[in-house]
Amino acid sequence: MAKLRLDNVHKRFGPASVLEGISLEAADGEFLVLVGPSGCGKSTLLNLIGGLETISDGQIFIGERLVNEVAPKDRNIAMVFQSYSLYPTKTARQNITFGMESRHVPKTEQNQALARVSELLHIEPLLDRKPGQLSGGQRQRVAMGRALVRNPDLFLFDEPLSNLDAKLRVEMRTEIKKLHARLGQTMVYVTHDQVEAMTLASRIAVMDNGHVRQFAAPETVYEEPADVFVASFMGSPPMNILPGRLIRDSGRDGALCLEVEDRQGTARFFLPSRMTQALDKHVGRKLWLGLRPEIITKAGSQKPGPELSAFERRVDVVEPTGPDTMIVFELGGIEAIARVAPGDHDPVGSVFRFEANMDKAKLFDPETGKRL
Amino acid sequence: MRPRGEGIVRPRTAASALLRLVLFAVLGLFVLYYLLPLLVMVATSLKPLQEILTGSLISLPHQVTFDAWGKAWNTACVGVRCDGLAPYILNSALMAVPAVFFSTMIGAINGYALTKWRFPGADTIFALLLFGCFIPFQVILLPMARSLGLLGLAGTLSGLALVHVIYGIPFTTLFFRNFFITVPKAIVDAAKIDGAGFFRIFFRVLLPLAPSAFVVTVIWQFTQIWNDYLFGVSFTAGDSNPVTVALNNLVATSTGVTEYNVDMAAAIIAALPTLFVYAVAGNYFLRGLSAGAVKG
Repeated sequence: MAKLRLDNVHKRFGPASVLEGISLEAADGEFLVLVGPSGCGKSTLLNLIGGLETISDGQIFIGERLVNEVAPKDRNIAMVFQSYSLYPTKTARQNITFGMESRHVPKTEQNQALARVSELLHIEPLLDRKPGQLSGGQRQRVAMGRALVRNPDLFLFDEPLSNLDAKLRVEMRTEIKKLHARLGQTMVYVTHDQVEAMTLASRIAVMDNGHVRQFAAPETVYEEPADVFVASFMGSPPMNILPGRLIRDSGRDGALCLEVEDRQGTARFFLPSRMTQALDKHVGRKLWLGLRPEIITKAGSQKPGPELSAFERRVDVVEPTGPDTMIVFELGGIEAIARVAPGDHDPVGSVFRFEANMDKAKLFDPETGKRL
Repeated sequence: MRPRGEGIVRPRTAASALLRLVLFAVLGLFVLYYLLPLLVMVATSLKPLQEILTGSLISLPHQVTFDAWGKAWNTACVGVRCDGLAPYILNSALMAVPAVFFSTMIGAINGYALTKWRFPGADTIFALLLFGCFIPFQVILLPMARSLGLLGLAGTLSGLALVHVIYGIPFTTLFFRNFFITVPKAIVDAAKIDGAGFFRIFFRVLLPLAPSAFVVTVIWQFTQIWNDYLFGVSFTAGDSNPVTVALNNLVATSTGVTEYNVDMAAAIIAALPTLFVYAVAGNYFLRGLSAGAVKG
């Protein structure tokens, strides 16, 4: 077990700069998730931590040791790969013990460790099979076993669940979380799936284009996104980002409201009074309003209060998911989504009255993208 | 495993049956055409000399005798030495086996290094190696003779083996490079994380994946090296000749009547090892390959 520290890490491939000054720190036993869209550099960063790529600039510490120039085999790390990367000609048993064999661990110790992980992962009956004779989920377990069998300073996971089907993915996700709770080891986990990031992480680093946009606990990332990128990346369906103008409404004792205009008319979103002071200097400016789908519901379904702003829009698409129903409508020139209770919708084409809980609304500066 | 093609629906009409008949007739004709020289060789080698001189070329032997085979093996005269082909077969084996082994192993390591341990200039080196595939034998005769002389290997089997190893490296590297490039990098990464170094990854992870590349390379190299005549005649002398050169000398040795049956038997003997590698080794390897086959 060890902590991990990245200090101003850069990675360039020829003229292309992939990582531009990443600084992160994971405490001992922390579950750090790197999340971001394809090409944001998250896998490259993981490879740098693993020593599978050379670092262009900056420093990486595992524990107190600077590992910039340390070969992967000497970093005392374990890694689970996206495609599992099991050795095809070896049995599951040989796959798991290969690392210990390479490190000349005594045979009895190998067998104990093998017995321990195969029990932990319930793979005892599979040990004599080759990867080709295993299903995707079983391969995944063997790959996990290969990583868990040693006692490394650091576990690295490179999108380990992305090749599994949806049901198995959810199961394995829970299992990884249990494993982490049980082992208490430092883990770094790369994913593009923001649900995985939210559920597993003790802290999330949201990456985009070679930069870390926000590095915080999952709740913070969700509730207090640093900027419009983080806000729209985290959450499914994504946050609705509506262009509008901040005005002072003379009717409501000078309360601030955001006016969103489109072909179907003007909708007004009243901001809670606690935001008034901070936003005063922006009155008259164009701002972006961020409303998560779950805070837009059918009018009258929430407890009435001053934080609710109602508006009407035509229903374009209705998507029932079971526990909720998504209503797609047009607002401010974009396709917006509301997450309503299953019965709370009208047929496509009819005009529907929504209300938004403005206590949870976010405002962003269109020029910088930062949250206000 | 189901044979390929089973389950494909084919029309069963008179026309299609006729077409198949024509197809097999044509194929049969080609088979005959192709096998005729071999048939003549085998038939001639089994005839006594008298029957050859009086009978026709393609008639089957009336009286089967293995005398010619025995003579070709250990009493026929090659130049002034009358021990048959046996010592030269041994020469060829002593030269070809190590030459095939070393050129194949070096090619495998080259292919592995060029694909899995990328270094600056790897592509240039590979391109230059490929260039080696296009150099004709004749071009390197003189420089090679000079080099072997300087190394003190002129006229020896070791020298000839060395020439074959060097000349084979571009081909073997090409075969293995093209195979190893299909192996995902992540498998090598996983082995690196597992604490394995350059050679451990090569021998324990990649080589077990590569029997098919070995089959191709070994067959290719063995055929090339065993059948080579030009290098053999250029770089060896007399008693160190490989079997191809000895065969030529045997046929060319003129003491009275030309013994066609002995010549034919000798030619077949000289060709048997390559046939053996094709038929037995190829089959053996391929069976081993499918036994351990794994889907990606």
